[in-house]
Amino acid sequence: MDFHKYPKEYDVIVIGAGHAGCEASLAPARMGLETLTLTVNLDHVAFMPCNPSLGGPGKSHIVREIDALGGEMARNMDKTMIQIRMLNTSKGPAVHGLRGQSDKAAYHRRMKQVLEQQDKLDLKQEIAEEIVVENGQVRGVITKTGIFFAGKKVILTTGTFLKGRIIIGEAEFNAGPNQQYPANKLSGSLKKLGINLRRFKTGTPPRVSKRSLDFSKMEPQPGETGLSFSFDSEPLSEEQVMCYLTYTTEETHSIIRDNKMRTPLFSGVIEGVGPRYCPSIEDKVVRFPDKNRHQLFIEPEGLNTDEYYISGLSTSLPHDVQIEMARTIPGLENVEIMRPGYAIEYDCVDPEELKLDLELKKIKGLYTAGQINGSSGYEEAAGQGLIAGINAALSLQDREAVILKRSQAYIGVLIDDLVTKGTPEPYRVMTSRAEYRLLLRQDNADQRLTPLGKEIGLVSEERYQKYKNKLTAIKNIISYLRDPENKVNPTAEVREKLTDLSSGNLSKPVSLEKLLRRPEISYADLKFFTDGLPEATADVIEQIEIQVKYKGYIDRQQAQVDQFRKMEEKKIPVEIDYDKLENLRLEAREKLAKIRPLSIGQASRISGVSPADISALMIYLEQYRRNQGGNTSGN
Amino acid sequence: MDLVINPAGISLLGYVLGGVKMDILKEDTIAAITTPFGTGGTGKIRISGPGAFQIGDKIFKSINKNKKISEQKTYTAHYGYIYDPETAKEVDEVIAIMMRKPHSFTGEDVLEIDCHGGMTPLRAVLDIVLANGGRIAEPGEFSQRAFLNGRLDLAQAEAIIDIINSKTEKSLDLALNQLNGKLSTKIDQIKENAVELLAHLEAAIDYPEDEIAGFSAAELGDKFLQIKLELEKLISSSQQGKIYKEGLKTVIVGKPNVGKSSLLNYFLEEKRAIVTDIPGTTRDVIEEYVNLKGIPLKIIDTAGIRETADEVEKIGVERTRNLAEKADLILFMVDLNQGITTEDREIYQLIKDKPVIVIANKTDLEFKNTRQEILTEFRDHPLLWISLLKEEGLIELKDSILSEILAEKIDLDSETIITKTRHKDALKSALSAIEKVIVSHETGMPYDFLTIDLKDCLNSLGKITGETVADDILDRIFSEFCLGK
Repeated sequence: MDFHKYPKEYDVIVIGAGHAGCEASLAPARMGLETLTLTVNLDHVAFMPCNPSLGGPGKSHIVREIDALGGEMARNMDKTMIQIRMLNTSKGPAVHGLRGQSDKAAYHRRMKQVLEQQDKLDLKQEIAEEIVVENGQVRGVITKTGIFFAGKKVILTTGTFLKGRIIIGEAEFNAGPNQQYPANKLSGSLKKLGINLRRFKTGTPPRVSKRSLDFSKMEPQPGETGLSFSFDSEPLSEEQVMCYLTYTTEETHSIIRDNKMRTPLFSGVIEGVGPRYCPSIEDKVVRFPDKNRHQLFIEPEGLNTDEYYISGLSTSLPHDVQIEMARTIPGLENVEIMRPGYAIEYDCVDPEELKLDLELKKIKGLYTAGQINGSSGYEEAAGQGLIAGINAALSLQDREAVILKRSQAYIGVLIDDLVTKGTPEPYRVMTSRAEYRLLLRQDNADQRLTPLGKEIGLVSEERYQKYKNKLTAIKNIISYLRDPENKVNPTAEVREKLTDLSSGNLSKPVSLEKLLRRPEISYADLKFFTDGLPEATADVIEQIEIQVKYKGYIDRQQAQVDQFRKMEEKKIPVEIDYDKLENLRLEAREKLAKIRPLSIGQASRISGVSPADISALMIYLEQYRRNQGGNTSGN
Repeated sequence: MDLVINPAGISLLGYVLGGVKMDILKEDTIAAITTPFGTGGTGKIRISGPGAFQIGDKIFKSINKNKKISEQKTYTAHYGYIYDPETAKEVDEVIAIMMRKPHSFTGEDVLEIDCHGGMTPLRAVLDIVLANGGRIAEPGEFSQRAFLNGRLDLAQAEAIIDIINSKTEKSLDLALNQLNGKLSTKIDQIKENAVELLAHLEAAIDYPEDEIAGFSAAELGDKFLQIKLELEKLISSSQQGKIYKEGLKTVIVGKPNVGKSSLLNYFLEEKRAIVTDIPGTTRDVIEEYVNLKGIPLKIIDTAGIRETADEVEKIGVERTRNLAEKADLILFMVDLNQGITTEDREIYQLIKDKPVIVIANKTDLEFKNTRQEILTEFRDHPLLWISLLKEEGLIELKDSILSEILAEKIDLDSETIITKTRHKDALKSALSAIEKVIVSHETGMPYDFLTIDLKDCLNSLGKITGETVADDILDRIFSEFCLGK
């Protein structure tokens, strides 16, 4: 193909400007590298083709981790959201999750402008069609209009665009999300490069007109005050929109059952693998026939539109059936569908092709992030995008890649799961995937990651100081609570107050810390027991209460992390030839050779590698080290 | 998750949701009996790892009361007692030898305890070590640590890999494995209950907006308690460990000269090849131990067998009746050459309600009755045709004894099935984990705190059956609950 070389050469080229692409673009530009972002359509930068919301357990953790590392998602959400709530408050602090309703158009506009105004970042509307690789090293990208952009690093964040195919009942056509122009050629280019591709599927529910809804038949779901995603933002102060809850009916279900053979899911039209945790309504009805209703959340798509999103009604049923079905739902009797729900199939990369820094093993300088790696969700995508962007930049700066540990961040769990174990279905983060859940709280994401963000160069000095001040405040208060000088004596007054608080009695003096450990006693209650209780902001008090009340559990999880630390840190030399490990079973050898784990810890998580294989591997590595003339293994 | 499950049902692996961990990777303290099984003057327990001396402080009482193991110099030996901190009882008089890292076999802190020989005291001491912070060592694990810490040379490395590999390939004690199969079934039931609870808690945690039919606090409490009780039952039974400690009481009965002593001798010949690890085994008592593919048979009243073999006398009715009462299994011998006699029938009447295997001896000679006549006569019990003289049918006999045991015709009950220290160790950690869950639940902690120890509990049970539960939980969550929107 004829092409013209673009005069400017870039350090990093990002293909795609969705949630992964935006983070992948901003990070290197902010780290001082010349960055180019290509997108199929500039009016869809940071577009939310599915639900108009961010967050939930696990997902809001990721948003806050992105924030602590210096990413944009949380700030962008805080600036544009129209409702926010904290979910899971009846459960422990580790699984509290923020859920924000976004104004889709505002979210897109604001993020687009952030990209536009970012120094060293060029944003262009172009369809990438070919990755140029020479001697296993990426050189740049050729676009549909025949321009060759030279770049030292290329990050693919193509979402569901690769050979995208939309299916609505018997109708199907090639398209990206929301009927955008699909990327038909790029996956061919990847295939030529020897990258293993697979086909996944996801879906979205119909959007409906506000005028046709009867909210009086639904339960209102209001927002809450005092909350924000970013550690930097003030809580949302504007008036919040209302969401609503309604349910499917038996009638809805029988319409679905009657039309089962017209659903692509059951008629065999859909080949891609869909996610279990985000099932279509037809899937739910067929798999759970005993359930007589399913919840539906009715959420606005924004302030300047009357489109509403029916969360829970994801479907690829024929359009006529969607209309018939929707009208059996209380409050939707006269509903007008503005956009039908659809299923979308797309090509993605087998994530076992990746290294933990998100670079492809086979091609130097080529990174992938987001749905192309088999994940799903805006937050999961953004988290990967940020890490890919950071690592592409760090590599150009000859600095060591950032690989977040499983004990450090959900983003670490997410990437390690994808890269080490692969995924049979679109991957969604869940708190139950994290073995050290209690340490990976959304409230302490700043404590876990701000120093790293600073070191990378994405966290400003001002913000870092703010974080340090918070740490100091926490430290000072904890030592105040522990100070024997401030012990509480079992006086009559104290006893009476404890009875008031429905708390057990005291027989001997105790520290304030011990008192605060009681579930029924809050930090504010301590004022009664001591004169000089330090004043503190709400976020500091939150940290103190969590650290004191759950200390025993937190310490135990920390001990578990420490027990395995040595193995996580035991590095496997990259040059190891697994074929020489004759003592390993063939299956284990093949798996190890494919994944090429960086550490013994990572190797132990590969499916098909047994503990005996790991023992043999460790012994081989020790032999290897000694043969290399090195000292005995690092203890 | 497809981690290898080895045939012996032994697994090194732990499990956590979202990742697999392995004990062998942990920086923990391991312990094992390092002297060979069997009888001996003394036995040794080795404890290696960062917690070795703390364990010593907890369980070793020096003659000089104030002496703490952890404060002693390297390469010193200390005389005193091992006692159980839980019961405060002294268990054995020992010499404790300490070696500080890196100057020990493994290169780690090592405490070695020289106990009196015999498996009973050794096991008791090991149990105390495990209850106070030790984990049972995997085969080859001391050597592995030694190698990784630079204490062994290259040549030895290969040997260690062989040990590690062999434990997954070698079919050890067939019978024991089958018994362990029964243990697995019981553990699977407990695990199933725990998985159900965990899936429930996790679904509620990750899907706060979905409608999940909930357990009430009281129901949860009951379910946790149920798991605890079942674990306790299994553990207490293992402590009695009837079969393991005492052997399966077996008697050989039959009229004089039928071949009882030849059969006993045949078993004893075998014994020389397969050494039993039953404590206190000696030849000159009236009991003999035979290891039948891992199951110890205690053949009782062997003196009686030998006496009557030499004398021609009428059968002692009383004696036979007494034996039959004591026995778990009766091997009843008849002589094919002489045919079924009144004496045979009298004996058979005394024992026929017990688990009996009829052994028709002397197939090398002429038969007095037809095979059919004999089979009809003893149709209620399994019957084996053998010739002790020509050693025919003896392998079938052993198989038949085993299948009789394994078919549960003999009352082994749950008491007898936990045979491995490793298993007991795992059950105890499972119990301690579920106890923590119960405490958390009773103090009103939210769901996610309950899951921490509930996962630990499953993790420990998984070590016995060799399965990981990580993906199970996700599968369970999505098959049981309709989640997501």
